[in-house]
Amino acid sequence: MKNVKNIIGLVLFGLTSSSFAQRGLEIAKSAIDYDEGFESSTVKLTMILTNRQGQESKRFMRNRTLELMEDGDKSLIVFDSPKDVAGTATLTYTHKTSPDDQWLYLPALKRVKRISSDNKSGPFMGSEFAFEDLSSQEVEKYTYKFIKEETINGVSALVVERDPEDAKSGYTRQVVWYNKDNYRLEKIDFYDRRNSLLKTLTYSKYKVFHDKHWRAGEMTMTNHQTGKKTKLIFEGYAFKTGLDDADFSQNSLRRAGN
Amino acid sequence: MIRKLFKNFFLLTALLSAGTSFSQEKEKPEYSAEIEVDNLYFFEEGLYGGQHRNYLSFSITPDVFIEWKDGKQSLKVTGFLRVDQFDKNRTHTDIRELYWQTVSDNWELSIGVKKIFWGVTESVHLVDIINQTDYVESFDGEQKLGQTMVHWSYMANFGTFDIFYLPYFRKAQFPGEQGRLRTPFLLKRDEIDIDPKSKEFYPSYAGRWSHYAGVFDFGVSYFHGIGREPIFQNLDDLTNFSISYPIIDQTGLDIQATTGPILWKFETVIRKSAVQDLTAFAGGIEYTFGNIKNSGLDIGIVAEYLYDDRGKYAWSGLNNDLFSGVRFAFNDISDTQFLIGGIVDLSRSTKLFSVEGSRRLGESWKGTIESRLLKTVSDEEFTYFLRGDSFLKFSLSKFL
Repeated sequence: MKNVKNIIGLVLFGLTSSSFAQRGLEIAKSAIDYDEGFESSTVKLTMILTNRQGQESKRFMRNRTLELMEDGDKSLIVFDSPKDVAGTATLTYTHKTSPDDQWLYLPALKRVKRISSDNKSGPFMGSEFAFEDLSSQEVEKYTYKFIKEETINGVSALVVERDPEDAKSGYTRQVVWYNKDNYRLEKIDFYDRRNSLLKTLTYSKYKVFHDKHWRAGEMTMTNHQTGKKTKLIFEGYAFKTGLDDADFSQNSLRRAGN
Repeated sequence: MIRKLFKNFFLLTALLSAGTSFSQEKEKPEYSAEIEVDNLYFFEEGLYGGQHRNYLSFSITPDVFIEWKDGKQSLKVTGFLRVDQFDKNRTHTDIRELYWQTVSDNWELSIGVKKIFWGVTESVHLVDIINQTDYVESFDGEQKLGQTMVHWSYMANFGTFDIFYLPYFRKAQFPGEQGRLRTPFLLKRDEIDIDPKSKEFYPSYAGRWSHYAGVFDFGVSYFHGIGREPIFQNLDDLTNFSISYPIIDQTGLDIQATTGPILWKFETVIRKSAVQDLTAFAGGIEYTFGNIKNSGLDIGIVAEYLYDDRGKYAWSGLNNDLFSGVRFAFNDISDTQFLIGGIVDLSRSTKLFSVEGSRRLGESWKGTIESRLLKTVSDEEFTYFLRGDSFLKFSLSKFL
């Protein structure tokens, strides 16, 4: 009799956990679906790095993105500063399940190098953002679990835990706050491999483009373990810019960096 | 000499400003420049007359880029000036780039002076042949002279096709009498002939097909024209040798496979000419341990085997050599990096050790350190002439 109770308990637990997983996945999919159809975008970025002593350092970049449906997005980033690396550019073909393809252009040598996309957890340009924090957010990259609804920044949010599928990720889990109305991201907590809180990313100064594409004007990443901070400021967003595959070729990568 | 140099430089400045007026209602031109001071110190006295222990020098690399018609057309100009304390040949100017480019959906056309890089390996660049090496500028041959060309690049869904018409050949410049890293006899630029006899206006042609598929990136290239490396004959007899630039046909292949943290690299060339044939290859791996202990530090291990069948006194001493190196990239705010490596000759006694490091200072300065140590250099190779030239170089650059 006791055993039967246990079995019922296990089954119920199994059902509920799978339904939480289901709801989490649905939210993640809804967020992607909500933003679908931007086709391509361009934006200028300013990155402000702040160390523990509060000293600031600025970087300028340009980004272009091409939306793809069957596969992950393509993106090209050009660094305009620091000046000693100005013209350095990266081209990334994101894939939903296999590793991303990535090329680096070094303007001094006029050299395009295919680089490993293996090192996801490493810092991007000495900042608090890891490469994986900035890569295209594909549904397939995580498993999900819905946690709860709660109010954050005065809006109601859906809180979802997502666990990276890739063993090379620097995180055991991330807790994501989705805006309940438009699925835009409000906040992400990142937990390191030892499952302690490593970083928090907050999104602010949102603007909406073409009535549905919500983009944050600022993203601030705070590292709780080192006290360092990186703020990304996005300016001059443009969507449906007419960019196509040819604008994401190795020749385009060379041209973008001169 | 110096006056001629500055005259050239003013000419370049005039070109730069001509480029600016070209733009008019177009988008704003982007100017930048690097100003560098370096100090080159040799651990030993020079083996040949007139050489010094320590050389101070200064260089400036101005750059202008203008684009118009939504980036469909552009003009790029990069100049270069170096003034060396002692070596008259190292004091030189060059137009690194001066080209106009027009871009369509699937092709681009460039006309003018340009720099092109091909290849994948780290320790040698075998397939890279379009530009002449600036021998007075760098020990590792990574600095190049600008090359005049018409370059057409076509992108198909089965790869990129590059076709080059190279109307003018540039002879290499070598260190002068007071310079280090030279041969005991002076190699005089204008006295090294093209063989069969020809002017520098001898058209060379090149083509390359490059593509990528999954983990593979590859390129197949062909070059016909004046070889960039001069060929020595009879160098056993220092009083009766000859040196010339041959007409060559060179086929090259470069492949890289990118599998997780490992890059597999391979390059090979087959070169034919009336006086000397060459088969050379280089192959190896680069393995990166990324973000070690979450410190941001990447440690990369590079190992490459180098082969060249030319034998004694070939332009390259890398006949049967092993390169290995460790690259440290701290990925910090100053972009600190180091490469420590060595090339060991497996059939001769020569060993070359090197350290290269750099770090950004503040927002727009950069410090660089480079050292090359030559040990037990075999007298059966060209490097023997440089056996006393182990050096340490510091440079400081300001970016404008």
